[in-house]
Amino acid sequence: MSGPGRKFRYISTDRRVREDRRFVVGKGNYIADLAVEGMLHVALVPSQHAAARIISIDASKALASPGVHAVVGGDEIAAASEPLMNGLDTPNVRRFPLAVGATRYMGEWVAAVVADTRALAEDAAELVEVEYERSPHVIDAEEAYKPTSPPVHPAHGSNTLLDRVFDWGDIDAHFAASDQRLSLRVTWGRNSTVPIETFGVLAQWDPWNEILDVRASIQMPKYADQIARALRLPMNGVRVHYDVDVGGSYGVKRGIKHSVLVGHLARKLGRPVRLIEDRLENMRSGDAHGPERVFDIDVAFDNDGVINSMKMRALDNAGAYAGRAPFQLGKPIGAIVGPYRIKSVRYHAVSVTTNKAVEEAVRGFGQSPTNYAIETMVDRVAEAVGLDRVEVRRRNFIRADEFPYLIPSGTRYDSGDYHAVVDKVLARVDWTALVAERDALRAGGTLAGIGVAACLEPSGGNSSFEPLLNPKNATTTWMESCRINIDALGTINVAIHTTSSGQGHETLVATAVGEALEIDPAKIRVTRPDSLSSLPGNSPVGSRMAIMLGGAGFHAAHKLKAKITAIAARQLGCAPAEAAYCEGAVSHGGKTIEWAKIVDIAHRQFHDLPEGFEPGLEASHIMQTPTGEALPTADGRVQMYPCHSFEFHVVLVAIDPVLGKPELRRYVIGHDCGVVINPHIVKGMTLGGIAHGIGAALLEEFVYDSEGQMMSQSFMDYLMPSASEVPHVEIVHHCTPSPLTVFGQKGSGESGYLGAPAAISGAINDATRPLGVRFNKLPIRVGAIADAVAEALEKRKEAP
Amino acid sequence: MKVALTVNGDTREIDVEPRTTLLDALRDSLRLTGAHTGCEHGVCGACTVLIDGAPARACLMFAVQADGFELTTIEGLAPAPGELSLIQDAFCETHGMQCGYCTPGMVLTAHALLRDDPAPSREKIVEAISANICRCTGYGQIVEAIELAARRLAGSNAGPAT
Amino acid sequence: MKAAPFEYVRPSSAAEAIALLAADEDARVIAGGQTLVPMMAMRLARPARLVDISRLTELSNIRIDGENIAIGAAVRQAVVERDALAAEKTPLLARALPWVGHAATRCRGTVGGSIANADPAAEIPLVLATLGGSVLARGSRGARTIAAGDFFLAPMTTALEDDEILVEARFPAWRHARVGAAFLEISARRGDFAFVAAAAQVALDASGACVACAIGVGGATHVPTRLAASDAFPGAAIEESAARKTLALEIADIDIMTDGHASPAYRRRASIELATRALLAARDDALSKEPRA
Repeated sequence: MSGPGRKFRYISTDRRVREDRRFVVGKGNYIADLAVEGMLHVALVPSQHAAARIISIDASKALASPGVHAVVGGDEIAAASEPLMNGLDTPNVRRFPLAVGATRYMGEWVAAVVADTRALAEDAAELVEVEYERSPHVIDAEEAYKPTSPPVHPAHGSNTLLDRVFDWGDIDAHFAASDQRLSLRVTWGRNSTVPIETFGVLAQWDPWNEILDVRASIQMPKYADQIARALRLPMNGVRVHYDVDVGGSYGVKRGIKHSVLVGHLARKLGRPVRLIEDRLENMRSGDAHGPERVFDIDVAFDNDGVINSMKMRALDNAGAYAGRAPFQLGKPIGAIVGPYRIKSVRYHAVSVTTNKAVEEAVRGFGQSPTNYAIETMVDRVAEAVGLDRVEVRRRNFIRADEFPYLIPSGTRYDSGDYHAVVDKVLARVDWTALVAERDALRAGGTLAGIGVAACLEPSGGNSSFEPLLNPKNATTTWMESCRINIDALGTINVAIHTTSSGQGHETLVATAVGEALEIDPAKIRVTRPDSLSSLPGNSPVGSRMAIMLGGAGFHAAHKLKAKITAIAARQLGCAPAEAAYCEGAVSHGGKTIEWAKIVDIAHRQFHDLPEGFEPGLEASHIMQTPTGEALPTADGRVQMYPCHSFEFHVVLVAIDPVLGKPELRRYVIGHDCGVVINPHIVKGMTLGGIAHGIGAALLEEFVYDSEGQMMSQSFMDYLMPSASEVPHVEIVHHCTPSPLTVFGQKGSGESGYLGAPAAISGAINDATRPLGVRFNKLPIRVGAIADAVAEALEKRKEAP
Repeated sequence: MKVALTVNGDTREIDVEPRTTLLDALRDSLRLTGAHTGCEHGVCGACTVLIDGAPARACLMFAVQADGFELTTIEGLAPAPGELSLIQDAFCETHGMQCGYCTPGMVLTAHALLRDDPAPSREKIVEAISANICRCTGYGQIVEAIELAARRLAGSNAGPAT
Repeated sequence: MKAAPFEYVRPSSAAEAIALLAADEDARVIAGGQTLVPMMAMRLARPARLVDISRLTELSNIRIDGENIAIGAAVRQAVVERDALAAEKTPLLARALPWVGHAATRCRGTVGGSIANADPAAEIPLVLATLGGSVLARGSRGARTIAAGDFFLAPMTTALEDDEILVEARFPAWRHARVGAAFLEISARRGDFAFVAAAAQVALDASGACVACAIGVGGATHVPTRLAASDAFPGAAIEESAARKTLALEIADIDIMTDGHASPAYRRRASIELATRALLAARDDALSKEPRA
């Protein structure tokens, strides 16, 4: 799995993940495990309506209930805090932790009850009497987009948060010159990552030191900043503790409304306050749903299957508030043509508010739905020209010799060899045999289909979509940092400045630093200081930590190595450039200065330090993203993420024609994420991403009825794949190093998920194609398949 | 209401409301926080403990119902501080986890499975762990961990506890 | 998601349990609690008092009672799953049990509790209905036997009175030499409640002709349903096309449940398909057994 032509000591080797030891014995340090003396608990009062004015809140009975300390409504929160941050410039879409004056979705928190225990808080929450006056609501995004729709935020004037058309290249000319064109619509259902740990936060206010201590199961950039702004505290008055293990996130653990609420309650009551969502609160009102999106595509192509131009409209249902959700239409701009040489693109991005729960960042940040749309489009093109789907992809792939490759929307892809990965995968599956297997299944009366999907994982997350979609936001850095300190006895201490939610960052950074210092990573201690002791960072979003934290660790280690070499060189009587560093010791002319001696000089013998050196042995590095330092051009072109991993999925599906249940018979993925730092971690992320993609394709959806009632509020209705639903997956590795990163690594945190839904959908459509049945909406449910097949068979019977 | 719970071999009396689930009692009264709260309605399996050796949902039982049973939590599996059981070690070897939240339930389920069937087929492993939802791994490396543990058990005279 | 407050009582006899229930209309029986506890956690059920019968030894037996296997109300599903007597005498129940939830719920959940809960998609009620079993109920006015056909009234609704407890479930034990059984279901995921489940138990004579047959469907209908077609098969060998035709004819007319999980048309088609497959699989299972001398 290691990169061609480069030898590593620790990178890409079979090493254990250090975090695992505490997890297998149940000693993870999760938010719910933290109990503080005198801690109070919160339960929430959910809105009963999709849209209503709040006439009054009567908390008298609740306040009289045993153990209750406070009942807080939206008016109090609105007075005590600033509105939560919006990504776009939409100041009149105001959002607070609790509904203020009006409720905008069923389940929205109308009041918070604080009590001695969670059970007592729930008892009292039932006693809070809220008087509502219902107002018109809108659930469907197309409806919400119409000018006649009731606006979810009347002050904003409409439901439209974002409505922008980008033209990249000569679309009209390419359409005019193409042999054929076709149109399609696909819909990505509302689902999410739904971590098994819900979101939780514990806040303590120290009035003498004037500091708010926050511990949370958080995965969020700029978290401390946003708490401080909302609560009108100086940022050094908020101390976020990063040494909390997060029980899964994959994007969504961004409980800013929870955190601001609990911060306020802790200050108000002078007691530690903890809010841990229960599963109902999490699913219904945790504001953690993923994209819900309708794609309309027109594509222009030639008879040989070469795709020339694409027009895509993406309509996203953001839910009741803006938040960061509309940016999920922005990130896919960085891979809007997928792995293909499409010459021009018109992209119409629309985000609307509706009376549904609020959308949050989900694994891939909009890329997986977009890939599903693109890949479905490519399948249709293949069908239209009568060519094999793999062959059409091959004809359109960017070739290995074309990198770095500039796509129409302004991003330069770093590297890749898509043809090679596809060849390897087809060899592994034995494509001819797989087709024969499918055909044999069909001959036996089973519906069988093969799905393929080729897609990119943009990684190394910068935040270029922010300035692209919000002109008031001139962000051009999305840094990550690392500090290394060699203590007085010579052991190595590495500090990272973020929480982790299963990505193995301690292992990652120890491996990167160990590689650079040529010292066994097992000997390196990794800690997570709190936010006040941390250098700036942006948390594990956008598949960025291998690139950014690995890079920061590597660079800090190299700074340190330079210091060590200089100290030793003085002893050796040579210039630093003449001394050779090896495994912690430095040599020149047959003489070696050992690690212990260098440490001793740094910590105790100032007189032996090179001139200008500070005592001690420390280095830190704040790393800028490898690309993305320029603001967008006027026509909306920008360098989005720096690195581009590639994956190619092949899946064989068999479906009982009467029962309709898709069975995944074979699943092979080719994966190229450059140089792999820890093979176990990358493998796990890929397999986990595929499982998550199976859920999105077949099982998972937050369903609302026309009244705005969410029908999938429990794990009995929101179905996540169990081990029985996930097949054995074969991974075929390929390594095209990135020229932009320290080891050649690319991101892998979203792998698998980015192509699995497209591949599975393609397989099901291949299976039902002989019957003329198509599925254009995810998830594709058992009943829907069986009903469509039955209808088609019925029609066939009736036909003369 | 008082109830005596026997957990990992020790019996302790606690005072809880009848409505307190076994899960909450283990976590809050006994401070055994390895059993995790995932759904509180019996679907996800993060709260799995062994009741008389068999995996069960600690969220689907009230603490006052649990007297007289031998309860085993994840804290009862490691042979000594700093040491891992064979199964725990196998999970580390294959990286059969990511965020660690479902892991105690998975390890306990594997422990019970291998005690009853030291050489389970892949199908049996899948069936056993299908009661526990993992959102991170896609289950592949969990299955590998249990297969590895079974192989190692076959090569030793030890039971799954060591 | 914490249950509303309640009182917890553990009676020392069934009689005491019945008295407790009679004394308090907000009291409810808990046995395994695998369905009741989540309902309580979501506060969709809020009994004032829980009467825990799970440790009553008088309700903890599996025994032969004349023509039936009688399973006491406190017997856990996992115990029946491992019970050789139950497996031999009620092969259909043995086939169905692995489909009930997961091992981690079967180790607490009881056979009687599943029947008393009367979920239309639950496996154990379907077995009871298919085999034409009964339950023994006891209340403050005495004991009575209720046939499965009279017991399940509607989804989650049974003929049990508020002060009655289900004492035992009685599954007919077939005495024929060659008995086969099959249980099939379709759901979105393994372990979930079924969109449709089908159960079949068949006895064959030495020639392979059917001498007894029981077929039922669950999930599709408001209550688990034994199909009248059960009585159409004895007397001849079971053949696929005839079986499918007979079952389709009956299922075309049964009242199908409507909910968000699957269309009624789907449930009807799947019922025909699964009932046919279950019947044929039960036949094959029986054929695989040696005719006893």
